[in-house]
Amino acid sequence: MSEGTLLSARGLNLSFGAIPALVEVDADLWPGEMLAIVGESGSGKTTLLNVLSGKLRPQSGVVWYRDPQGALHDVHAMPAPSLRALHRSDWGFVHQNPRENLRMAVTAGGNVGERLMAQGSRHYGDIRAAAIDWLAQVEIDPARVDDLPRTFSGGMLQRLQIARTLVTHPRLVFMDEPTGGLDVSVQARLLDLIRSLVRRLGIAAVLVTHDLSVARLLAERIMVMQRGVVVEAGLTDQVLDDPRHPYTQLLVSSVLQA
Amino acid sequence: MSTVEGYNFAYLDEQTKRMIRRALLKAVAIPGHQIPFGSREMPLPYGWGTGGIQVTAAILGPEDTLKVIDQGADDTTNAVSIRRFFARTAGVATTTDTEAATVIQTRHRIPEKKLREDQIIVYQVPQPEPLSRLEPSRAETRRMHALAEYGLMHVKLYEDITRFGHIAISYDYPVMVNGRHLMAPSPIPAFDNPKMDMMPALQLFGAGREKRIYAIPPYTSVKSLDFDDHPFRTTRAPHACGLCGADDSYLDEVVTDDKGGRLYVCSDTDHCETRRAAGHTGSETPVAEAAQ
Repeated sequence: MSEGTLLSARGLNLSFGAIPALVEVDADLWPGEMLAIVGESGSGKTTLLNVLSGKLRPQSGVVWYRDPQGALHDVHAMPAPSLRALHRSDWGFVHQNPRENLRMAVTAGGNVGERLMAQGSRHYGDIRAAAIDWLAQVEIDPARVDDLPRTFSGGMLQRLQIARTLVTHPRLVFMDEPTGGLDVSVQARLLDLIRSLVRRLGIAAVLVTHDLSVARLLAERIMVMQRGVVVEAGLTDQVLDDPRHPYTQLLVSSVLQA
Repeated sequence: MSTVEGYNFAYLDEQTKRMIRRALLKAVAIPGHQIPFGSREMPLPYGWGTGGIQVTAAILGPEDTLKVIDQGADDTTNAVSIRRFFARTAGVATTTDTEAATVIQTRHRIPEKKLREDQIIVYQVPQPEPLSRLEPSRAETRRMHALAEYGLMHVKLYEDITRFGHIAISYDYPVMVNGRHLMAPSPIPAFDNPKMDMMPALQLFGAGREKRIYAIPPYTSVKSLDFDDHPFRTTRAPHACGLCGADDSYLDEVVTDDKGGRLYVCSDTDHCETRRAAGHTGSETPVAEAAQ
């Protein structure tokens, strides 16, 4: 593992039957930086995210996580309780479909407060104040704290999911297509919001996207995947301005220039 | 009443009783933890106390004195038939007197009188899983119990305070047993929850349809869940019992006519009768009885 990395993967392999999803994938993430994983659908982006976050076990390879005390943990060798505790506190996961993560029958405030309560907060007033504060931070009217998520628009749901994930101040957030399924103007606002929150709180993030412009806007570093193989990795601007690999060149040239 | 022929003592065969007792031992060893058991078909419908009746059958001895209550009352159909069932199949003595009983099977109440170390209380449980309404998957709730992840229950309490201004669970109020396991106390009113804490009697819970047994050993801490700024509070109807005048017991509301007439009486009939025998009267005590 490289010096100072937050998350580090070496030699990940995983295939679903005859289909290789990950082939000898290495990845490093330093504290406070954002790493984008791009590629066409079926290239193994989401599989890589699931393996990095410990949700899916690779057939070989190892994922290391460095906790705030500096101790290294093999994510896939961790006991289930510690891994779940990690997902509740230090880590966050933002799904493409906010409905997967949110509790639709619970008010916005309850949704934001759930992680706090899971961590042991037992003061209603404090939990509610934190929920209202976070709704404001993700640009949802705090007056809607008692409304059910099903009365929210798609963009608001996604922002609510982000508030719910960030309320415990995680150090590392996994995002799976956070702007997928939103219209372009909503996407732009959301990207702006994610960028400012991540910068301000110093959160490290792994971002899966098929949208190169999202990657360029948010991520410092980028990994391009094709059929489970990382074909190119490096600084975002460098890779996108000067793509070396034919597949990356194809990907970059296929983006419509506005 | 004479014992019926052709049945084993207390209806269940000895192998079944051993199986239930093994589950009970495990349950006592891990307070509040649900133990699966091979629930048998009993000669009464699910929801009428098939779990409680099996637990009672497994722990009953010939010298025991059995009391059965349903919503606190000794004279309701369910209580009468279960009491008669054991009188006929086990030939044990039965009573309505809480003090005289060694085994008390109950549905939805804990007697008002403090229970003693030599007594056992058996609860009939419809739904043993306190998280059932919040998390549909039993595999997931088992995992939550194993890892003591009970934040979700507090989300439910949070929602209650947000919507109603207070925690609006009036029965089956979730409790934390021995500081470790979240437990459904069966549908007893929240009013009875404090009685479970450090109770000298052994508390056994049987859920027949759901095939689970759990227990609280004597002198175990049982805390009702709450928030620091919204502490657990019991509620009761703000009246005194119309028959015995008790102002600290849990009350039933009885509609007496079609003009809005109401009578509030102790739901624990034995408690009420004991008090009336001791000379306590309420506003609705019949004149003849009051004169005695």
